[in-house]
Amino acid sequence: MIRLLQIEFKKIWKNKASRILTISYFVILSFIALIASIKFNIGNFELQIADQGIFNFPYIWHFYTYIAAILKFFLAIVIVSMMANEYSYGTLKQNLIDGFSKKEFIQSKFITVLVFALASTVFVFIMSLILGLSFSSYNEIDIIFSDLEYILAYFLKLTAFFSFCLFLGILVKRSAFAIGFLFVWNIIEGIIIGLMKWRIFKNSDTADTIAQFLPLESMSNLIKEPFTRLNVIKNIEESIGGVPNVKDYGVHWYSMFIVFCWIVIFVLMSYKILQKRDL
Amino acid sequence: METILTIENLNKRFGPVHAVKNVSLEIKKGNVYGILGPNGSGKSTTLGIVLNVVNKTSGEYRWFGGAMETHEALKKVGAIIERPNFYPYMTAQENLELVCKIKGTPNTKVAEKLEVVGLLDRKDSKFRTFSLGMKQRLAIASALLNDPEILILDEPTNGLDPQGIRQIRDIIKTIASQGTTILLASHLLDEVEKVCSHVLVLRKGEILYSGKVDGMISNEGFFELQSDNLNELESALQNHPSIEKMELEEGKLVVYLKSALEAKDMNKYLVDKGIYLNHLVKRKHSLEEQFLQLTNNN
Repeated sequence: MIRLLQIEFKKIWKNKASRILTISYFVILSFIALIASIKFNIGNFELQIADQGIFNFPYIWHFYTYIAAILKFFLAIVIVSMMANEYSYGTLKQNLIDGFSKKEFIQSKFITVLVFALASTVFVFIMSLILGLSFSSYNEIDIIFSDLEYILAYFLKLTAFFSFCLFLGILVKRSAFAIGFLFVWNIIEGIIIGLMKWRIFKNSDTADTIAQFLPLESMSNLIKEPFTRLNVIKNIEESIGGVPNVKDYGVHWYSMFIVFCWIVIFVLMSYKILQKRDL
Repeated sequence: METILTIENLNKRFGPVHAVKNVSLEIKKGNVYGILGPNGSGKSTTLGIVLNVVNKTSGEYRWFGGAMETHEALKKVGAIIERPNFYPYMTAQENLELVCKIKGTPNTKVAEKLEVVGLLDRKDSKFRTFSLGMKQRLAIASALLNDPEILILDEPTNGLDPQGIRQIRDIIKTIASQGTTILLASHLLDEVEKVCSHVLVLRKGEILYSGKVDGMISNEGFFELQSDNLNELESALQNHPSIEKMELEEGKLVVYLKSALEAKDMNKYLVDKGIYLNHLVKRKHSLEEQFLQLTNNN
């Protein structure tokens, strides 16, 4: 396994574009911390974001993982091109001739996906911990380490998304088209969900029940948007709508299970395509 | 002699195209094999199948007696295919080190093999800066990294300039002289004639000839004869037991043989019949003529 990782790491790290993207990703990830210093001046009233409770434990686990997940596109490009380049350079063929098995090839790519997801997760965990310890109003150990399922969900979410990218890279063979396909797929899911909600299953929960099984939808279901959970926003909503918004922000085992299934499906399909294709 | 590769009744279809038809062959250690065939005759597909990049439709192949899996066996094989494939953003040395990792050989081989192909002074240049000839030589260095039991070369001189072709050919000759088994696919006949001991001729996926190069060239020789009266000459030879057929070409009688006949015996035979020749030449077909005959007449 170490050997596979060394091979893959070498391929990525020697590539200038991939190297720059990877570094930028982690740099930008740490810049999320700068939100802490954002201040609004409304008249003579000063509003500092950090004071509004977004860095409170355990809310910060939810907030940081949600924001950090938006940046995953940086690494998605690295993953897609790491796969598609093997086709365009003809090195996939050469690797196999040199004695790589097709299984080892997929393994080495998937291990890389896991390592990227894990590195990002650890990074996010440490950043949240540091920010929380500096700004949180609650510092009891019990509270700090509650709601940690968001970190697990984040890891799963990234792994699934990168596995999807890996699969698209193998399927489409060209980086640009694969990324284009990713966006097209995103739109397709949006249309499917829209059609179900407003045409087929009006006024029922059936649309949501089915939608949670779609790949990208299932990934975004893992960590729901954290903003309406903030007290400030809640207060505004209540004063406008009059009714408190009751929403479930938790990470559910069945959402995790669906995403886990997608990971397995993407990896197995990638392997099947590679096995079937003549190079 | 030890068998390196056995292919039995191999078939490959690409949709309606039957690219490889029932090909069988055996590669023995120490020989130099040539696979000849026009473009599209199934050479590269056959090699692709045994190299694990093309899926076979039916048939069998076994590396080293079938004791190990294909990808493990390929670690003892060195192969280059049509076009050199490396990571353009890595240097020559980094590319070869990556191949070492895949094959499981120590990195110490890299410098040694770069020396063999004369690229040691360019080891720190990026692959994308190389000329085609240099890329091809790097591919050979890469194929040699593991000191392979067999070297498979698919059109190694394709697209090279005359110097490049000469360099590659010299490298191949050196490697062959060290006793490495070589399988060389080419449509350049003099290339095969110069280096190979055995030859396999393919056309449209079928084997037309398989055996020694000498056997293919020398089986049939032919005479070019001329006398004052060609009709008389032709009728005199009509019943000779060694003659296969005769043709008139540009005022000369071309006589094809089915069994060995020396020039002096031919001369004596005709003199005994009272015919004196103006012109007598005994020739053998070159591999090229032989190849064209094989691939056209069938």
